Order: sequence, then C-alpha cells, then structure tokens
Amino acid sequence: MTDINAYEETPEAQFGDYVALLKPRVMSLVVFTAFVGLWIAPGEVHPFIAFCSILFIALGGGASGALNMWYDRDIDAIMNRTQSRPIPAGRVEGSEALGLGIVLSVISVMMLGLVANWFAAAFLAFTIFFYAVIYTVWLKRWTPQNIVIGGAAGAFPPMIGWACATGGITVESLLMFALIFFWTPPHFWALALFMKEDYHKAGVPMLTVTHGRPTARRHIFAYTLVLAPFAIGLGLTSVGGPLYMAVAVVLNAAFIRGGWQILRRSEEQAVADGFAVERQVFKLSLYYLFLHFLALLVQSWIGGW
Amino acid sequence: MGLRTEHEIHGRRRSRNIGLGIVLLCFVALVFALTVVKVRQGDMMEAFDHQPRVSLIPAEAEDAAAAPEVAE
Repeated sequence: MTDINAYEETPEAQFGDYVALLKPRVMSLVVFTAFVGLWIAPGEVHPFIAFCSILFIALGGGASGALNMWYDRDIDAIMNRTQSRPIPAGRVEGSEALGLGIVLSVISVMMLGLVANWFAAAFLAFTIFFYAVIYTVWLKRWTPQNIVIGGAAGAFPPMIGWACATGGITVESLLMFALIFFWTPPHFWALALFMKEDYHKAGVPMLTVTHGRPTARRHIFAYTLVLAPFAIGLGLTSVGGPLYMAVAVVLNAAFIRGGWQILRRSEEQAVADGFAVERQVFKLSLYYLFLHFLALLVQSWIGGW
Repeated sequence: MGLRTEHEIHGRRRSRNIGLGIVLLCFVALVFALTVVKVRQGDMMEAFDHQPRVSLIPAEAEDAAAAPEVAE
C-alpha cells in the first residue's frame, strides 16, 4: 500500500534552503571587503587565483553562518525577523545545518590553503572559529559588548584577502581591520535605538536595554571619534592617496556629526520624530563602509601617493 | 494512477539533486582550471614519494655529488 503520509514527517528542503543557511547577504559584505583587501595588496595575483580565493573566503563565511544558525535555532524561533529562517521554519533540521557548516568550513579552509597560501587558510579557520564559537556560543548571550568583540569576525575578511596576496599581515591590513572593527558598534547601536527590542526578549543582551538608551547614545558618539583616526590613518599608508583621503575626511566628519546629533537628542525628541536621526545615521553608516572600501579600490586603480 | 502522482516533496527533492549536481560539476571544473593555472605559473607539480626524485634534488647537491667522480 502506498503511504504518502510517511513523507510529511521528514523535512525535505529545497536547494535554496541550504543556500539560505549560508547567509548570502552577509556573504556579499565578506566578498566585497575581501576582494578589496586582495586587490589593493602589493604583488601580482593571477585573476583566477584571486577569484578562487574570494570564493573560498566567502564559502568559509557561509559555513560560519550555517554554524551560527545551528546554534541560534532556539532564539531564531522566538524573534519575528528570523522565524522564517530554514531551521525555525522546519525546512532544515538543526543537525543538517551543523553538518553543512562543519563540512564547508573544512572544504573552504583546505581549498584556500591550496589556492592561495596556508597562512591565509589558517586565518580563515581562525575567523570561522571566532564567529561560530567566540561570538555565537560564548559572547552573544553573555555580554552587551557582544557586537563589539564579535565585530572582529566581520573585520577579518579584508585581512584574509590581503594575506592571500602577500602571505602576511601589515599595517595596511591592520588598519582595514580597525576600520570595520570600530565601525560595527555605532552601526549596530544606531540600528538598536530604533529597532524593536526583539533580541533582548530572546535572551541576547543589548546595550540599549542593559545600560539604557542614553548610554548607547554616548557609546555611538565615542566610537565615531575612535574610528576617525584609523580611517584617516589608512589614507597615510601605501594604499592611500588623495581620493581616499578626501572621501575619508568627508565621511568621518559626517559620521562624527551624526554621532553628536544622536548624543544630543533625548528619547522624547527621538520618539517625536520617529527616530529620524537614528535612521539617518544608520543609513549613513552603510554608505560609510561601502564608500571607504570603494575609494581604496579606485585609489589603487588610479595610483596612490 | 495514484502511484504516478507527483507529490510536492518530489519537486523539492529534485531541486536539491539538480542544485548539488551543478555545484559538484562547478567544483570539478574549478579544480581543473586551478590546476592549469598553477602548472602554467610553474608551481611545484611533484613531491617526494617514497624515495627522493632526481628531478627534485637541488642543483648544488648534484654538483657536489658529481665532483668526487671528476677527481677520480
């Protein structure tokens, strides 16, 4: 007898569900910054080697995304924003995501080692470990500083790209790291100010809730001040130039101004205009990072100092 | 005809099979292309197996080995 109902218990995922486990939107940032890091690095890299390097860095980033979705499946089921992810929606089982994450991590690290060099591969392995274990498992549910330290995972890709081309770390790659690292807190907390406090309800401590919104405003402004010297300092290195410098000065001035406006506002003012300034600064933060890296890319094409 | 009816589950399964097939084919093509590029760049193509290969012994060592023979 045919028993078609037997199938309905097992989740049968489509191909796209596995792609969704790799967080394609996060991957696009990884691809862009890793590409810039690789492209502006000194030395010739064969275009196909460069392509493969970026591909496996992105795959490593995707693998850590799958590991993150496996570990966070309990809180993803609570928050509105993440309920439609493959695991909480019941299309993929948690163990499948874990398996996919581990297998893709190994493949991406081994392939990056064979394509580029083993230093870059070890760096990628460390980044996956940092995001999946240090951030997701340890810091995320423990401290409201989670995104500050976790931001390092997002800041490593340009350093890995640079390491693919040069086999090492230099002041330029460290400054590219600092640019993303110190950009993450103001970017995220500006979002946290106008976003619903979903995260906190799900058990992820957020600065806006644990220390209050005025504290978050002070932190945003402080980080925009810390960020500026690193962003402008990058312009003084071998990868900088007049164009990058002009872009960095304008964007940092605008970002500090935004941070100052956020600091000066009271909660009442913010609620009155529907968090207009906070939304504007969040939007600016997206352009901030994109334009800095774009400027580095264009500067390397037209030649630097 | 009940046995021939296609359940929606089969469509999802097919999407997975085709997707994985494409990914594996791309991976094979990628490794092949990578091999071509690496070989053209002159990267080392052979390594020591169970005994030293003549083609991999540094030139200085060969010269030094050859020198006593000349002396005799």
